[in-house]
Amino acid sequence: MSSSHRSDPGANALLRLYIAGDTPSARRALESRLRIMKEWAGGIEIHIVDILAHPEAAESAGILATPTLSDERATPPRRLIGDISNTAQVLDYFGFRGKDSGYDHS
Amino acid sequence: MTTAEEILIDPVLERVRTGIEAFDDLVMGGLPRGRTTIVGGTPGSGKTVFATQFLAHGITVLGEPGVFVTFEESPAEIEVNMASFGWTIRRWREANKLVFVDASPRDHDQMIIGNFDLAGLLTRVLHAARNSAAKRIVLDSVTQLFDRFVAEQTSVRRELLRIATALKKQGLTVLMTAERNSEYGEISRHRIEEFVADNVVILRNALYRERRRRTIEVLKMRGSRHVEGEVPITLVEKQGIVAVPLSSLRLEQQSSTKRVTSGISELDSMCSGGFFRDSVTLVSGATGTGKTLLVTNFLAGGVVSGERALLVGYEESRGQLFRNARGWGVDFEAMEADGRLKVICIYPEAQNLPDHLLMIRELVQEFKPDRIAIDSLSALERIAPDSGFREFLISLTSFIKEHEIAGLCTATDKSLVGGQSASEQHISTFTDAIILLRYIQEGNFMHRGIMVLKMRGSEHDKQIRRFTVDGAGMHLGQPFNGAPDIFGESAASRREE
Repeated sequence: MSSSHRSDPGANALLRLYIAGDTPSARRALESRLRIMKEWAGGIEIHIVDILAHPEAAESAGILATPTLSDERATPPRRLIGDISNTAQVLDYFGFRGKDSGYDHS
Repeated sequence: MTTAEEILIDPVLERVRTGIEAFDDLVMGGLPRGRTTIVGGTPGSGKTVFATQFLAHGITVLGEPGVFVTFEESPAEIEVNMASFGWTIRRWREANKLVFVDASPRDHDQMIIGNFDLAGLLTRVLHAARNSAAKRIVLDSVTQLFDRFVAEQTSVRRELLRIATALKKQGLTVLMTAERNSEYGEISRHRIEEFVADNVVILRNALYRERRRRTIEVLKMRGSRHVEGEVPITLVEKQGIVAVPLSSLRLEQQSSTKRVTSGISELDSMCSGGFFRDSVTLVSGATGTGKTLLVTNFLAGGVVSGERALLVGYEESRGQLFRNARGWGVDFEAMEADGRLKVICIYPEAQNLPDHLLMIRELVQEFKPDRIAIDSLSALERIAPDSGFREFLISLTSFIKEHEIAGLCTATDKSLVGGQSASEQHISTFTDAIILLRYIQEGNFMHRGIMVLKMRGSEHDKQIRRFTVDGAGMHLGQPFNGAPDIFGESAASRREE
C-alpha cells in the first residue's frame, strides 16, 4: 500500500489512537505512540481515545478494531490496525517520509 | 417429544417472539432468550427483513428495545428499504427504542498488521444496548464482517465468539444473519454457525419451475425442540415475512353436526340432509360434467338461505362465471350488489401458492363468508411444486374448517370418462366429502351421472344418479340401472367387447 503525500507538512499532523482499556496490546500501542511522536521531528500529535470511556467516539469514527491508529484528516481517512510497533512502517503508511527520503512533502 | 422432556427443557428457555406467528410455533414460542441464533440465506432470501421484523415486534408489541448492527447497508438505507413493510424506523430511533450501530463500509484506507481485537465493535454494541435498554440485538450480516478482514479469518472467528459470549452474559437475545452461496449447500460462508450459534435458521428463495419459492427452516435449536422441515413463507407489504402455517400441526378436529344446503335439494337428500357446516367437499369430474354448475348452485343456495358466500375462481373470468350463472337462473350481480356474494377471479400464475393461500385467508377474514367455493384446485396445482401443493391443501382445508365455513372445491379429471385426477389423489384424504361427476354411456346415449363417493360422519346415497341441466340448473333423475364403472371405462362399452 503506497502512501500519499501529506498536504499540510507545515502544520502538526494529528492522529488518533483508539484503544480499549488497559490491555497488553493497548500498552504496546501506547509505547509505540511515544516512539512515533519522537521519531518524526516534523511534529505528530497522537491523541489517545480510550473507547471504553468514550464509546460514542468509536461510534462516530466507525471503529471496529483496536488498536487502531487513524488519520481522519486524510482523504480518504487512513487506518492502521493492530501492531504499530514498526515506526518506519507506520510513518510510511501515513505519508511521513524520512527527511532524506528524497520525497518532497509540499 | 415426551411430556417429561417438555417439563425438563422448556421452562429453562424463555421464548422471545419474533412476530412471525407460524415461525414462532415451529420453535415452540419463539427464539430462546439470551441465546444466539444464526439466520442464514442467499442474497435476496429475506434475512434483513427477518432481522428487522424481529426487532420491530419487540419494539412495537412487547416493549423490548433493540440494537441493529449493520455491516452492509447504512441505517438510512435500511430505513428506506424496510418502510414498505410498515416499519417506522425513524420514529423508533427518535424514541430511542431502536439504536443503530453503523458498521457499514466507510470510505477509508485500511491496513492490518499483526494482532487486533474487535473491542471497538463490542464496545459500540454494548453502549447502544445500555443506552436503549435493549433486549434484542441484530448483527446483519456477520459475513460482511468477515469480508472486511479477509486475511484475518481466525481473528474474526475468535472475536465474534467473544462478542456473542459478552452479549449472552448481558442476557441479550442475539440474531446474526449470515450469507449462503447456494440454497442447499453449506450452511453459511465461513461456517459461522459452527462456532457461534446456539440455533440455526435457514431462509430459502429457491427457483422451482421458473418460479420463486420462499421457505424457512429451523435447522438446529440447542437444548430445545423444534418442528422440522421447510415451511413456505411470503413477503407481504405492511407486514413483513408471513409464514404459511401448517395448520395440521394443531388441527382441532370438528365437528359441527349442523347441516347446510348444497343448493340442490336432491343432492341434499343424497347426503342425508346437506353438507356439514365446517366441512370441505370435493367435486371431481371431467370438463363439462357440471362442476361449475354445482359451484353456482352451492353459492346461490347459501345466499338464498341468508348466508354470505365467497367464490375464488382460477379458471374462468368474472364475465364467464356471471354469464354461466345467468344461464342457470342465478343472478350473481344482484347477490354481489346485496353484499351477500363476493367473486374473485385470478390467474393461478399471478402469484405463488403461499400468496394464494394468504389471499384466501385475507378474503375470509375481511368478508367473513359462511361458505366458500374454490374453482378449481387443478388449476392451482399447475403452478405448485409437488410437496408445496400438499402443504397448501392441508393449510387450506384446515383453515376453512377452523373458521367453520362450508367449503366446496373442484378438481378436473384429465380423461373424459372416469379416471382420477392427480389433485383428486392429493385432496381426497383432506376433504370430508367427495362428489363425482361422470359421463356415463348407455347404449347410444351419453348421460351425466352424479354420486356421493364419501361423506365423513354421515350416511349417504350410494347410487349413481342421472342428472340433466336446463335454464333452472341441475335436476337429478333416476339411478342408473346397469353397473357403470365410474372409475374406468363405461360399463356399457365394456359389455360390448
